[in-house]
Amino acid sequence: MYFLLARVFQATIVMLCVALVGFLVFQFVGDPVLSLVGQETTVEDREALRESLGLNDPILVQYARYVVNAVQGDFGISYSFNRDVSEMIADRLPATVELVLLSGVLSLLLAIPAGIYTGIRRKGGIAQTIMAISVIGVSIPSFLLGILLILVFSVWLNWLPSFGRGDLATMLGVRSSLFTWDGLSHALMPAAVLCLFQLGVILRLIRAEMLEVLRTDYIRFAWARGLPGKRVYFGHALKNTLVPVVTAIGLQLSSLFAFSIITELVFQWPGMGSLLLHAIGQSDIPLLAAYLIFVGLVFTISNLVVDAIYVLIDPRIRHGAL
Amino acid sequence: MFDRIRSDFWYELLNSPVTIVSAIIIVLMIIGCTFAPIFAPHTPFDPATISIMDNNMPPAWADGADPRFLLGTDLQGRDVLSAMLYGGRISLLVGIGAVALSVVIGMAVGLLAGYFGGMADAVLMRIAEIQFAFPPILIALLFNGILKASLPADVFAQAAVPIMILAIGLAGWVQFARIVRASTLVQRNQDYVTACHAVGLPTLTIILRHITPNILGPVLVLAMLQIAVAIVTEATLSFLGLGTPLTEPSLGALIQIGSQYLFSGVWWVVIFPGIMLLVMVVAFNLVADWVRDYLNPRLR
Repeated sequence: MYFLLARVFQATIVMLCVALVGFLVFQFVGDPVLSLVGQETTVEDREALRESLGLNDPILVQYARYVVNAVQGDFGISYSFNRDVSEMIADRLPATVELVLLSGVLSLLLAIPAGIYTGIRRKGGIAQTIMAISVIGVSIPSFLLGILLILVFSVWLNWLPSFGRGDLATMLGVRSSLFTWDGLSHALMPAAVLCLFQLGVILRLIRAEMLEVLRTDYIRFAWARGLPGKRVYFGHALKNTLVPVVTAIGLQLSSLFAFSIITELVFQWPGMGSLLLHAIGQSDIPLLAAYLIFVGLVFTISNLVVDAIYVLIDPRIRHGAL
Repeated sequence: MFDRIRSDFWYELLNSPVTIVSAIIIVLMIIGCTFAPIFAPHTPFDPATISIMDNNMPPAWADGADPRFLLGTDLQGRDVLSAMLYGGRISLLVGIGAVALSVVIGMAVGLLAGYFGGMADAVLMRIAEIQFAFPPILIALLFNGILKASLPADVFAQAAVPIMILAIGLAGWVQFARIVRASTLVQRNQDYVTACHAVGLPTLTIILRHITPNILGPVLVLAMLQIAVAIVTEATLSFLGLGTPLTEPSLGALIQIGSQYLFSGVWWVVIFPGIMLLVMVVAFNLVADWVRDYLNPRLR
């Protein structure tokens, strides 16, 4: 319990630092007054606006105000859309989340069995083939893979749509494109692109951990006791590969969000990534800062969840030995 | 570790044909791209030498091709092969430059934190930890976006290559700092460091002349792997339209240009730079894998 409390405390500090970066960007890149008013506004009007926005207050007061507003979900008004930033993020969030979830689940379902298999039969032909594919999987830039998929499946074969999110449907109060065939056919290629990189990373990690664990003494003793292979591999070996794998999956979740920016551009998926690219293109600082803080929050929470899982799966942490 | 090559170096290397092929590919690419003006059959970005009449030529082996353009031409009549060589030059420059910057920052921070410990260690490593939570590509993206917002547009376009090196280099230093710190912690307590203290060498000399050579192995492996990552990051940023300007396209920008004509069936403008990028990255990864296995005594 102490372990988790300490982690929550650390996570709060991390978030305050991320907010500080967001705030500094907000503060020092461009002039918010200039972005809000036109050329013809007088100097007095500008000063009045500056005062009413609180830009003349001491910097710590402004930071505190920024954090308080951010906690309440208020990130200001977007320069280029003239809309509430948090509203815009809420609009775009479901599309990104469904893409991230679909590819995350896909990559885990494929990576875990494949990683175990290549760890056990590492000299076999199938294992070598899987490893060769995984090298390409971690090497190929995701935008290139996306373009190649579009070229093959949309341009040459004409099987799958190349852009957009397709039809949406509501199920259990959630509106998503994953509930219609049309939506699924739109999501398939972007999800595959996002999935392949994660797949390669997690697969290679599980394989390396399996190889490491299978060399240890307790595995040799398990064989000596005459246990069947299934029990040795899954009962004994797999358990001890889990801690680093869970860490990696937690880190990968954040990179899924990062890479969804690229995938969303290639497939014109209307998610948060394309919003960020727009914000960068237009130098829309409030939107940029809000995205930074939002992604920081996602990473911090996923790391916290990973820590909680450690407590569940690693008895050494549970009993305070580490 | 560089003053002598272990006697099994050539034996191990010759037993791994994949590594040899990868290393040869890397050397060829570096030579070909560095001397692109010599090797390239055309000068792709000089308006005086390109002709719009040559546009959209397929590769030399397809129907209706022109033998002057081995890999075809793009919409503006530029030779794809030449554009690839010039583009690869930028990709390699940014990739290697960014990693060099990461190594310098990471080694400075790691040596400082590892050798002195205490407050410096705590503060530096907390910063590193926070940055480590964010994927490098995102940091490079945001850094690039912030610079773009704060610099005038013409300055930003002029300094595109240094800015890319800066953005990607700053995104990648954390991993170097972590492994350098870990190795420094081990080295600091070795007898030879105590001996250096005993003869009264200045701290800086101990760190630079005695500790640094002993921690270069893992840094070298990571640097090789990171060059591949940096090349991909550069290509990705350029593909997103945030990297090199279209007048001086890197491989990523070439792919972005080509991807706009995907639906008109002009596949060669996107496929060939794509293959070159992929081969470059895979080759760096494979060589780095081999070096790691070679330096890791546990796998032997």
